[in-house]
Amino acid sequence: MSTDTIVIVGTGQAGGWAAQTLRKEGHAGRVVLIGDEPHIPYERPPLSKAVLAGEATAESTYLVKREAFDALALDWRPSVRVTAIDRADRQLRLSAGEPIGYDKLILCNGGRARTLPVPGVDLPGIFTLRNIEDAKALGQVLLPGKRLVVVGGGWIGLEVAATARKKGLAVTVVEAMNRLCERTVPPEISAYLSRLHASHDTQVILGASVAAFARADDGTLVVKLNDGDELVCDVVVIGIGLVPNDELAREAGLACDGGVLVDAQCRTSDADILAAGDVASWHCEWAGRRMRLESWQNAQEQGIAAARSALGIGVRYQPLPWFWSDQYETNLQIYGMPTPAHRVVARGAPDSDSFMLFYLDGNVVSAALGPNVARDLRFARRLIEQRKAIDPDRLADLRVPMSKL
Amino acid sequence: MSNLEWTDAAAVDDVPEDDVIGIVVAGRDLALYSAGGEIFATDNICTHGQARLCEGFLEGHEIECPLHQGRFDVRTGQPTCAPVTEAIRSYPVKVEGDRVFLAFA
Repeated sequence: MSTDTIVIVGTGQAGGWAAQTLRKEGHAGRVVLIGDEPHIPYERPPLSKAVLAGEATAESTYLVKREAFDALALDWRPSVRVTAIDRADRQLRLSAGEPIGYDKLILCNGGRARTLPVPGVDLPGIFTLRNIEDAKALGQVLLPGKRLVVVGGGWIGLEVAATARKKGLAVTVVEAMNRLCERTVPPEISAYLSRLHASHDTQVILGASVAAFARADDGTLVVKLNDGDELVCDVVVIGIGLVPNDELAREAGLACDGGVLVDAQCRTSDADILAAGDVASWHCEWAGRRMRLESWQNAQEQGIAAARSALGIGVRYQPLPWFWSDQYETNLQIYGMPTPAHRVVARGAPDSDSFMLFYLDGNVVSAALGPNVARDLRFARRLIEQRKAIDPDRLADLRVPMSKL
Repeated sequence: MSNLEWTDAAAVDDVPEDDVIGIVVAGRDLALYSAGGEIFATDNICTHGQARLCEGFLEGHEIECPLHQGRFDVRTGQPTCAPVTEAIRSYPVKVEGDRVFLAFA
């Protein structure tokens, strides 16, 4: 292998797994890992849950322990930003230090929290949640008895709402669409989530958007809604999605379209530059379209695939999308990409606390999801991956164990 | 192995074929596996997240964690699939009659 210097931009989960994989696959050359955070690579899911609740330390989210990270012998550049990719000279310009040359470059620089373009959004007490420092700062103000307004009824918003309720705050969720998690789940799951949060005394306001934030004379925050209603609170969390950090790639002339475009080998339009994780946009066969997959699974698996591809190992990145969320005692999981074109088969009652929905193309299961059915969903994953024709009546029959289907 | 101290942990019939159960023995949270006609034992809590392997998915000699789908070889405790990087402790097992015995030395 002639490649000797591989540079990874981004120290999230994708970047961390890319670095580990390069070493695991025997790359003995230089590996430079550059990130604008002070931490070694870590996983973000606990930031809205155990870390935010104060039940787990920031260090507990690290992908590997510090000693194991050191043993990878990386040239790690914490708290450094890449300011430009000079493709002609194959080097990166940095916010601190000399430019770094690369033979292969892997972009895992993720995204940032989307903010609301409304007056008052910069007031103190209004937070977004993306990294460890965000979680630490927010955790300090989520105090019992305080009032929290969450703007955005998506995954981050709902997980923060659940964590805050458990900490004893009064919580209101404001969602612009007419149901929760509208972009990612079918109506049955939105209804389930509404019931779940209502049962924990969280007020969910649907179809409402924020016009402005203001600070009242008594120091409280006022969230002004478009319909004229006002919500008074102490803390606001805005969780309305992610903006991919694709500017670096775009300015370097790489093909981008709401993310850095990559093929199934994780290669961008420049064969020496790869991309993985939240920033990468790829054609997902399960969805039948090009997309960015903002998930824990994709960050890990595409990071691994990009590293292998950079080493010249043949990869064809096409995982069955898998997603989960933990809210209160509920674990919700999704395999595949449900679409309105699918035929829906329910196993268990969708108005109960534990049920599964299957999404069929003809008699083949192509997606499955549900709350509190992790083990059965694992069997559903096997059905999906085998693309086996199945009798829908048996699928719906709770007397037929999933393991026997 | 002759000088190991064995603890009676379960009945052989407690462990369904090619499946996993959780048991608590001597204050330890353990997973017992039946794989390929043999019984194996490891700690139950995944070394990555705080999930219980007994709620996971056993395929051949690999147990898959129900939370993040990391995998361990139940014979050795070695990690075989991301995201797990640390081995899980495995325990010597012997079967005598219809009982399963474990050694914790």
